Amino acid sequence: MATSSAKPTPLLKDELDIVIPTIRNLDFLEMWRPFFEKYHLIIVQDGDPSKTIRVPNGFDYELYNRNDINRILGPKASCISFKDSACRCFGYLVSKKKYIFTIDDDCFVAKDPSGKDINALEQHIKNLLTPSTPHFFNTLYDPYREGADFVRGYPFSLREGAPTAVSHGLWLNIPDYDAPTQLVKPLERNTRYVDAVMTVPKGTLFPMCGMNLAFDRELIGPAMYFGLMGDGQPIGRYDDMWAGWCMKVICDHLGLGVKTGLPYIWHSKASNPFVNLKKEYNGIFWQEKAIPFFQSVVLPKDCTTVQKCYLALADQVKTKLGEVDPYFLKLADAMVTWIEAWDEVNSPGGKPAAKTPNGSSK
Amino acid sequence: MSLEIKDDEIDIVIGAVSSDMTSFLNEWRPIFSRFHLIIVKDPDLKEELKIPEGFNLDVYTKSDIDRVVGSSTSILFSGYSCRYFGYLVSLKKYIISVDNDCLPARDNKGFLVDAVAQHITNLTTPATPFFFNTLYDPFSEGADFVRGYPFSLRSGVKCALSCGLWLNLADHDAPTQALKTRQRNSRYVDAVITVPARALAPISGINIAFDREVVGPALVPALRLAGEGKFRWETMEDIWSGMCVKVVCDHLGLGVKSGLPYVWRTDRGDAISSLKKEWEGVKLMEEVVPFFQSVRLPRTATTAEDCVVEVAKAVKEQLGSTDPVFARAAGAMLDWVKLWKSVGSSSSPPGV
Repeated sequence: MATSSAKPTPLLKDELDIVIPTIRNLDFLEMWRPFFEKYHLIIVQDGDPSKTIRVPNGFDYELYNRNDINRILGPKASCISFKDSACRCFGYLVSKKKYIFTIDDDCFVAKDPSGKDINALEQHIKNLLTPSTPHFFNTLYDPYREGADFVRGYPFSLREGAPTAVSHGLWLNIPDYDAPTQLVKPLERNTRYVDAVMTVPKGTLFPMCGMNLAFDRELIGPAMYFGLMGDGQPIGRYDDMWAGWCMKVICDHLGLGVKTGLPYIWHSKASNPFVNLKKEYNGIFWQEKAIPFFQSVVLPKDCTTVQKCYLALADQVKTKLGEVDPYFLKLADAMVTWIEAWDEVNSPGGKPAAKTPNGSSK
Repeated sequence: MSLEIKDDEIDIVIGAVSSDMTSFLNEWRPIFSRFHLIIVKDPDLKEELKIPEGFNLDVYTKSDIDRVVGSSTSILFSGYSCRYFGYLVSLKKYIISVDNDCLPARDNKGFLVDAVAQHITNLTTPATPFFFNTLYDPFSEGADFVRGYPFSLRSGVKCALSCGLWLNLADHDAPTQALKTRQRNSRYVDAVITVPARALAPISGINIAFDREVVGPALVPALRLAGEGKFRWETMEDIWSGMCVKVVCDHLGLGVKSGLPYVWRTDRGDAISSLKKEWEGVKLMEEVVPFFQSVRLPRTATTAEDCVVEVAKAVKEQLGSTDPVFARAAGAMLDWVKLWKSVGSSSSPPGV
């Protein structure tokens, strides 16, 4: 049975990188300072590389702009999106750590119902360091949380759970709605603090949001490719969705778990719904094809690593979604390029990022 | 968004496993008094039921059970399973059922939780089993579907079963509660979620509501442990019944919700004594879960009755030789469907 832990959560400061995509500035880090200062940041600067992004003092970071991405990946840089926060996955690729936490630059510290500041990073770490329960749903939610446990009827043989690969956090204030919903409900704010973490069951898909997300890079990293979005692409705001569907199918295949729920962050900025609608437009139709595809995809038994799973998936995207739109042919190719880039950068003799510490890469 | 339903479409069914219903009913009075109640007395209970005045209710006892179903099948209705008799004879569309050691809970703001209203809201708003919404029930106030939720799935499906939770004494099994004797559930999770299609969960019978017309026959009083007793730690009947309902709902394209409402479950009994007496249930779950995870129903099963018959067949074939309790469960499920067909559609009032 689950044992509740009164032990403090390990900081993991040498095992976790915080990846932040930005095109504006990083002022939001000031609010996060008490929680983030001990950690290494990987800043992925989107947009104009000649612009200087100021990082608040005292943070240990490496910063990559488009020039760096091109230099490090060469022709393979084509798989990294431009003018879209999807570029953040470059940060996952170059990280040397076991865990990644990624957060958007318009996400701030939220308060729990007692008024206390929420240390989102600590909660993500708790989520990742405790097992998931994908094979059987526990009606009292995460049984490994303090004060909780498995309910009557939960088989003991399943109580060890599965390793947790992904921790998906939520957002108070501006909820992560799509453009049509934003247009219909421009004033709706998420004020409901749901004090739960739960495992998304095996075989169930969900919309993964990249605003407040953590994962075990060693377990699932290569599956966290955020696709081809933004400049020159017919779609935007589906980067995290795409990564989430690929990731979940692979986690289900490999017996890994995905948690969703706490922690909350405070999402401050509502993006322009008309701009969003243009970006999402194709996605809204394409997802009607993509979802049945992911719901029915079967990965071959000999796919025993994330990379093998991902390449098998890319192949199926090409054959089955290619007829929906040529975009999916490009995307499937980019998925392959991503794995090649991942293996190249992360192999023992792989090209290092060649950066100076406490500063941006040069 | 929710369907309009009238009070007279609802029956509240309470299985009386202990005789003194006074404080239970008085605590629930503000919430229950508008509705018709069906109280079914455990046929094994010797004492007279003590019921306070002022409720619109019918009480069924052993003699009624014997008269309606015949004494050879009345074994199905003893102990906690007495409530199923209430489900059988009800004439209403919706049933809400709570154990008689549960009282109204208070939410995080201190307000009394109207469990009936919440269950009805759950049943009359769609469920979303085909894709998980990370903001939980999109039909609740202040929530919606998140970005990336396919539009074609946003109308959802009918919710057939609503499973509530418990503050104070949560529904843990005896080993867990025995190990953590002082643990009490104080976490009020303000969410309703749809249990995804093909995901199974232990669906406790302590605090549930369902659409009787659609899934009534699928709540089966079938799995009776050899040492079944009068504490929930000593039963698995509801867990079996719940898995059966979930499989049926998945097959028929119906939804099951879990979460709110909470009830306050009073401390009763001793987990360690229950554990010493009865641990068979815990062992059986190791067989039960893989069975339900693998059972497949044919396309020809289009009603809850059809589905239960198919599940019963599969139980007999696959589990019948593992343990006699399963063979008996399969038989009980078939008896139940027969009963439902003969009694369920036309109910009789309790004898004098």
